[in-house]
Amino acid sequence: MSAERARVRLMQGNEACVEGALVAGCRFYAGYPITPSTEIAELMSERLPRLGGKFMQMEDEIGSMAAVIGASLGGLKAMTATSGPGFSLKQENIGFAALAEVPCVVVDVQRVGPSTGQPTSPAQGDVMQARWGTHGDHPAVVLCPWSVRETFDLTLRAFNLAEALRTPVILLSDEVIAHMREKVELPDPATVKVVDRPRPVVPPSEYKPYGPAPGDEGREGYVPPMAAFGEGYRYHVTGLFHGEDGFPTGNGEKSAALLRRVNAKVDTRRSELIQVARESLDDAEIAVVAYGCSARSAVRAVREARARGIKAGLLRLVTIWPFADEAIQEAARTAKVFIVPEMNLGQVAREVERALHGAARVVPLPRVDNELFTPDEILARITEEA
Amino acid sequence: MPDLSTYFRTQHMPTIWCAGCGHGIVLGAVLRAIDRVGLDKDRVAIVSGIGCASRAPGYLDFNTLHTTHGRGLAFATGLKMARPDLKVIVVTGDGDLAAIGGNHLIHAARRNIDITTVCFNNEIYGMTSGQFSPMTPTTRLATTAPYGNVERNFDLCELAKAAGATFVARGAAFYARPLSNLIEQAIKHKGFSLVEAVSQCPTYYGRRNKLGAGADMLEWQRTQAVTAEKAAGMKPEELADRFVIGKFYEADAPEYVEEYDKLIQRLKGGR
Repeated sequence: MSAERARVRLMQGNEACVEGALVAGCRFYAGYPITPSTEIAELMSERLPRLGGKFMQMEDEIGSMAAVIGASLGGLKAMTATSGPGFSLKQENIGFAALAEVPCVVVDVQRVGPSTGQPTSPAQGDVMQARWGTHGDHPAVVLCPWSVRETFDLTLRAFNLAEALRTPVILLSDEVIAHMREKVELPDPATVKVVDRPRPVVPPSEYKPYGPAPGDEGREGYVPPMAAFGEGYRYHVTGLFHGEDGFPTGNGEKSAALLRRVNAKVDTRRSELIQVARESLDDAEIAVVAYGCSARSAVRAVREARARGIKAGLLRLVTIWPFADEAIQEAARTAKVFIVPEMNLGQVAREVERALHGAARVVPLPRVDNELFTPDEILARITEEA
Repeated sequence: MPDLSTYFRTQHMPTIWCAGCGHGIVLGAVLRAIDRVGLDKDRVAIVSGIGCASRAPGYLDFNTLHTTHGRGLAFATGLKMARPDLKVIVVTGDGDLAAIGGNHLIHAARRNIDITTVCFNNEIYGMTSGQFSPMTPTTRLATTAPYGNVERNFDLCELAKAAGATFVARGAAFYARPLSNLIEQAIKHKGFSLVEAVSQCPTYYGRRNKLGAGADMLEWQRTQAVTAEKAAGMKPEELADRFVIGKFYEADAPEYVEEYDKLIQRLKGGR
């Protein structure tokens, strides 16, 4: 089989996630078995050692997140994957990675929750946990694929963003996307853009692990260059608030500067980070805002509505955090009704409402009976509002 | 005597530790051991969790990592896998290691990963001002055991040995030199090693339990410690209020990182 043909394959979302991670340069995985993300661990255990990388099945979800951070500090690109209950358990260490600025990727394949919920059924109830799951004000970059191919693309992008910003990035998949099989053509690995973390250019004696790179002084939301442990830089990493030298500080100004900077890393780069996809949105009077598996039904509903002469359009959130306020406001130039189908009780609908500032009416369309939306039920709502 | 000041980040001292605390003595023993083994500072990583003992890495001039409560060993496991060339040493306390981090201890020992763990055991949660830990003896007083501790305490060394650790020892702050020797052997040992270092917390344990100041608690260590050799000939009732120090166990067993590297090599060879 030629390499080109090998790239055209029938694969599952979870499999595409692994392919994307490996192309991005992931060489360490630590995880714990949990439905519906387990295939990611299984495939990583097979693929990583063949590439000289390392797979670990840790004793629990908390330890998995810890090992990922440890490996990243050792210089490897690292990730873990989990689902709701495990995502809850990982939150403290995700906060550590955010504050200590350790790049890593966390995949959350959403299932029905809270609690054990329905392990094999789809849901989209972790949107807010992906944003606010760990305590304190922290940055969040969360990407939400709607297809198998996009799972590949966004896993790769998650690594690139994690490395570029020195922050944890979350891939928010769901049971449908993770277990669905589609024919995909993967890109030639030689043609994809792979980003590595910024490296120090100063000698160890001048290195400040949380200070700006030369030229970045005074820049809001700068990303400090990162040395790996064992490279001669001998610095300190802590989850305590710290100064540019990495050492704990009780100084309020230094604490505030750190908290503001780690958040500004994301806030000052909103336009690069936020990706949306639009369909028939230019003149839409009714906008459907959707993401992940629900967007698949929504796009069909929008097309059918158009076929019936209804001016409907789709705004699909590819980056779910930071939230696409600007894209929503832009759609409100023509759209006066925003329908938000989602498999939770209205987590994104509230965000859409916030972004609109009353410029249009929001119609939440929650579904929490473990079944994917049908295009017809979204279409029915569009027709009702037309 | 080695000049230990070269291992400290003296600009960040004094330490947060109280007067009379045993942790400085235990840390000195760790550094003397590192010095005797002759480790290059760039090739050493010191990892900790949360608690009084876990603040030690911030004062040390190595690659240092102060993590979340109980998770030092799990962070250290990932780091060791990424950088097998580093000597990874975890410094931790009895609450950090035996309570919230207990699962990671068991499994790091089971894997026999080449990490040396030094548990600064002061039998109390000092950082949060004196709650009982899994190492607090029954009947002792703590802020959360105002009528005396009802729970039984762990023998951490037995636990580690049962879980698969291949080097297990206990020392005490009073016996700083033997402690340092044990830590040196632990560092040289290939595989998972645990050294429990009996320390003292006069502020939150000694005072409440009327055990005196730091010096009195050290005196208690002096009189109550029994070497493993001597303890072998003693009856359980004779050992009731005593504690045993020395090397308890050492074995050769496949080490996890090396075994994983063998797997990588085997797969490279197409087998």
